Amino acid sequence: MAKIVGGITTSHIPAIGNAISQGLRHDTYWERFFDGYTPVKEWLAKVKPDVAIVVANDHGLNFFLDTMPTFAMGTAQRYENADEGWGLKTLTGFDGDAPFSWHMIESLVADKFDMTICQEMRVDHGFVVPMTVLWGEHDKWPVKLVPLAVNTVQHPLPTAERCFELGKALRTAIESYGEDIKVVIVGTGGMSHQLQGERAGIIDTDFDIECIENIIHNPEKFTQLSNTEIMERAGTEGIETIMWMVMRGALTEKVKVVHKHYHAPISNTGAGVLVLENTEE
Amino acid sequence: MSWDKHDYDHIPGTYVFNGERSAQGYGINKMAFSFNDASNREEFAGDMDAYCRKFQLSDEARAAVVAGDFLSLMRLGGNIYYLAKIAIFHGLTVQDAGAQMGGISTDQFKAKLLNNSEGFEQQLHTIGGYFHG
Repeated sequence: MAKIVGGITTSHIPAIGNAISQGLRHDTYWERFFDGYTPVKEWLAKVKPDVAIVVANDHGLNFFLDTMPTFAMGTAQRYENADEGWGLKTLTGFDGDAPFSWHMIESLVADKFDMTICQEMRVDHGFVVPMTVLWGEHDKWPVKLVPLAVNTVQHPLPTAERCFELGKALRTAIESYGEDIKVVIVGTGGMSHQLQGERAGIIDTDFDIECIENIIHNPEKFTQLSNTEIMERAGTEGIETIMWMVMRGALTEKVKVVHKHYHAPISNTGAGVLVLENTEE
Repeated sequence: MSWDKHDYDHIPGTYVFNGERSAQGYGINKMAFSFNDASNREEFAGDMDAYCRKFQLSDEARAAVVAGDFLSLMRLGGNIYYLAKIAIFHGLTVQDAGAQMGGISTDQFKAKLLNNSEGFEQQLHTIGGYFHG
């Protein structure tokens, strides 16, 4: 049977992709941030997941505003990265796992999560930046990707609570799959930031650290926040932290913290990195 | 016809991208979406105003696009992720656009971010267990 080996959170800021391709890893601005990924890479090298379910939002590459699914899952055997229009380097595409994706879709829909099913999906920096910070850059990636897109762009958005519930249903879906594969779930985005309006430039380290601690120890507390409350404190784009809740929902009630790291600012954003493992089978 | 009010309408300096804004800014965002294709970028760079007309943008919206006036574009229903695809033509990053919307320089904007982040290492230390805490 498939097994969840753990959950990871990471930001998916495009500037991270640029910093990697420009070789700024050891630049003073970036060093402490990138150092925070070293233990994650070590953990991944030890655990060797077969598939990564990456929870991210599309930023106007695959989905346009004509049709905006709240939750969408890729069911392809291959996902390509593509030109987003503003100069990010395009990376080699990723292998998917269609039978596993379709199994999850069957299970999720039966569990009343009416997923949008995507047999083709181009993946933007929201998916690709996490892959590169976690696994490095590859022509042939060492892990398969299943993209799970959450709408954090076009309001109304799903609530933190709904994302948490989706995570729980995802756990049921993963653990009922018949193949012996190791699965890691990556919740991306966040933390506090606002890119838009006169209020652009928000970072709230109190919110971010509280969010990290709640996601580890008390995710129900985070589910009690409305999207307005999150946006008020963490900024309109800080709402992306709801995607961390999908990851958290897929893990057991109590989790083991393998690694936790926080840094701010990175570009416009507070950036948190977590590696969590289940405490029970 | 009336648009719903929302409990986030009071947040200052913030344009939550809801149905009302998305409907209003549909043309602006659709045009920006077309910039995923390099040949469209080339055409737009050749004559911005003419390209805007292909997407039926209003006079006000066309002027804002050509001027790279991001606060006006927000008010006209632009979405920040789509506006990022326009900013590049004005030699601006999203951070530059954010500074512009806040009426400050990019250096001041960066200083604001640093200032907002100040003291986080102490906070991590107090809680404990953080890498590089």
